[in-house]
Amino acid sequence: MRPIIEARGLRFRYDDGTAALNGVDFCLYPGETVALFGPNGSGKTTFVLHLNGLLTGEGEIEVCGLTLEKRNIPEIRRKIGIVFQDSDSQLFMPTVLEDVAFGLLNLGCDRVSALSRAQNALETVGMAQAGSRAPYHLSAGEKKRVAIAGIVAMEPEVLVLDEPTANLDPPGQRSLADLIAHLPHAKIIVTHDIAFAQALCQRAAFFRDGLIVAQGTVDQIVSQFNWVFTPEQTKLRG
Amino acid sequence: MSAGFFLLLAGAFVWARLPLGGVLLRAAVVLPFSALFGLICWLAGDPARGLSLIVKSYLSTLAVLLVISTTPFPVLLKGLELTGVPQFLLLVGQFLYRYLFVIGEEAQHMRKASAARGATLRQWAGGAGFRSAAGALSVLFARSYGRAEQIHQAMTARGFSGHFQPLQRAQFRPYDTVFTIIACLVPILLRIAVERAAS
Repeated sequence: MRPIIEARGLRFRYDDGTAALNGVDFCLYPGETVALFGPNGSGKTTFVLHLNGLLTGEGEIEVCGLTLEKRNIPEIRRKIGIVFQDSDSQLFMPTVLEDVAFGLLNLGCDRVSALSRAQNALETVGMAQAGSRAPYHLSAGEKKRVAIAGIVAMEPEVLVLDEPTANLDPPGQRSLADLIAHLPHAKIIVTHDIAFAQALCQRAAFFRDGLIVAQGTVDQIVSQFNWVFTPEQTKLRG
Repeated sequence: MSAGFFLLLAGAFVWARLPLGGVLLRAAVVLPFSALFGLICWLAGDPARGLSLIVKSYLSTLAVLLVISTTPFPVLLKGLELTGVPQFLLLVGQFLYRYLFVIGEEAQHMRKASAARGATLRQWAGGAGFRSAAGALSVLFARSYGRAEQIHQAMTARGFSGHFQPLQRAQFRPYDTVFTIIACLVPILLRIAVERAAS
């Protein structure tokens, strides 16, 4: 099967000289959901920001058969939707409905179909009643849902979710997992939440020092890198 | 004349069911500033102009409070768009309104964090405290810059290319025309009536 995303030898260095990616190779296949694990600062978010050209480094990226280069970027941004970690940065329009329609209008949709697709997307994430509300009046869970609606409305082929469970309470996490599980897109989920990844992901990749050092099932990766915290692991002093 | 305008505004507040006492008190926030300029006029030998300046600034503040208390900000922006205010200014207003609270919240977190580590307002006021406050402010600016970068990335990721496409164009309905005519006529007629009575 041909991968929907293929990254080869991806390298990136920030302006201050920090090497964030040191030759990442990665594939995502249609319909699959992959978790990206790894320590803070290991390059996970930097990597996903490369997938639709928000950052550009050395190496090659192919998305749905399109090589990531300047002339293909608008088309690639249609195909990859990124839900950012901090929903407040993603919801900038005065009302929820306008925010969800923002991307559609940028894609060239006429107002009537943008309105209808935005309303459908809000329905998909269970926020149909929130269209006229101001984003800053929403709870963290609601903001996350609206942020996802803004991406789903654009009908991308791949969804990238950066730390989707950050700042959510356990019921919010459950409800978000349920929502994401029902979205048919191929997905990349950057997360530290093992239970969330176990519930949703068929595969996991582990980042360390700007490299993917291992890939496998979520359980394999968790066990290989002892990537879980349990009360038993805490050594009591004294 | 000013009393007439005051009554008009007071009537509008009552009509909008806004607490008149609270609004009058809030509008007084402008008085220290306008009083300063009033004092300058008085010292320059023109007390009438000084008094007029204070009264007009107070009435203007009341009028602004009336508009922002009765009109949701997005609607206000749409209205401004209809009147031909440049898109760039509207965008600045929109983003300022959206993120002022977020940045204010971050400033509150920083204040609480410093208070939790024993910082007091008195310490902020001293020489070393001033340096610390300046440092905290620079951190807040850096955070705001970081937030702006994230917002820009989120916008770019959804295909933003520098121009906002409005979802719904605001329309100037017949009701709006009638309201505008009345809102303009009433103060004009009031002025004419007061001037006739004076002559």
